[in-house]
Amino acid sequence: MNQTTSTAQAPGDRVGPGGLDPSLLIACPTCDALQLDRPVPAGARARCHRCGTILMAPREGAMTRIVMLAATALVLMVAAVFFPFLELSAGGMVRRSSLLDAVLAFSSGLLLPLTFAVAALIIVLPVLRLASILYALAPMALGWHRARHGVAAFRLAEALRPWAMAEIFIVGVAVALVKVAGLARLGIGPAFWTFAALVLVTVLNDTYMCRLTVWKTLEERRRP
Amino acid sequence: MTSAQGNDGAQVLTARQAGLVGCHSCGRVHPMGTPRCSRCGAALHSRMPGSLQKVWAWLFAGIVVYVPANIYPMLLTTSFGATTENTIMGGAVELMHHGSYGVALIVFVASVLIPVGKFLAIGYLALVVDPGSRLGGRLRQGQDLHRRQRLFEVVEFIGRWSMIDVFVVAILSALVQLDFAATINPGIAAVSFSLSVAFTMLAALSFDPRLIWDAEQDLH
Ligand SMILES: [Zn+2]
Ligand SMILES: [Zn+2]
Repeated sequence: MNQTTSTAQAPGDRVGPGGLDPSLLIACPTCDALQLDRPVPAGARARCHRCGTILMAPREGAMTRIVMLAATALVLMVAAVFFPFLELSAGGMVRRSSLLDAVLAFSSGLLLPLTFAVAALIIVLPVLRLASILYALAPMALGWHRARHGVAAFRLAEALRPWAMAEIFIVGVAVALVKVAGLARLGIGPAFWTFAALVLVTVLNDTYMCRLTVWKTLEERRRP
Repeated sequence: MTSAQGNDGAQVLTARQAGLVGCHSCGRVHPMGTPRCSRCGAALHSRMPGSLQKVWAWLFAGIVVYVPANIYPMLLTTSFGATTENTIMGGAVELMHHGSYGVALIVFVASVLIPVGKFLAIGYLALVVDPGSRLGGRLRQGQDLHRRQRLFEVVEFIGRWSMIDVFVVAILSALVQLDFAATINPGIAAVSFSLSVAFTMLAALSFDPRLIWDAEQDLH
């Protein structure tokens, strides 16, 4: 990428025993190695000197961008849920399915719990995660103090990260389309493209987000 | 990148050795014994308590429910009155017969290769970082630690993708409801397969990666 990414080693300084002021240090979450917590310039990356995990990768104007992307993703999500998602026609019959239909597919008998799980994984948890990111970061993007429960909200967003599976669902849709291709004629509804855009926006959002920078900003913007 | 490779180990000081505790979520350092992180509010533990026991418990649960996921049907296809049942493997084989090799491969990788590979990888990591197990002492060089770390990152990243097959079943069941001509319904294996994916994700989440690096002490 650009030259700044390889040169910055800010927190990579080893720490000897002595001079251990916890507030000047950072412990790698992956390997527990202590290093000096030096400021990292925007666009640069700081890696742990022991295990190589990226500790910080701040970007210019990242807060604003993350907030805008999260807001876009939320709007797209609402559209994706209610517009027709896919359309299948065979022998004069047409069946339109929305995202909700896919969720409700398991609603019979023993499979009912799976309905809740699928609804959670592809709709509820992604929405909840986007909303908590918005709640935690929007005040900071505007330069305000952090929201009252901003820390808890961002912690929730972090905990939800592995469980929000919208992008996996979209690949599942692609596989399903190939499976029924021989059976009937398929049309892709507007919601499909909305949802695909949503996945793209979410992935972009995650690459812009430097967790440690967010935590530090939340700490700095504490209410007086 | 380059600074990460200077792995002579001897000069590394961990938070635990310094009598401090590092936050697993935001990296902030606190004196040992502090209950909660002052920056992000996470509970502070020098090492996650009972990490390996939890890993083994979730892993075992994941393997147990993976068995019925492969025996029972995942998809019930009714076409002109006749119902065929497809297991996970059966579905992949059928796709291959239709000539969709690419998709058959995706299904096979997502629902067989990844889950089984994940069981093995998590089991291997849990064995190898356990100082009480015989495998624990087999660390030859610092490079092994990076290899184990990479394995853990792959497991963590890839595990959720196994969920593809469940989503495919949901979409097919919602879409293919053409009364007489063809209907597709989900089979009971979809439930046990989702549980298996969730349990192995929990196993990976319970694993404290700092345990991997604690083995470095054995090198000296
Ligand atoms: Zn590290
Ligand atoms: Zn913290």
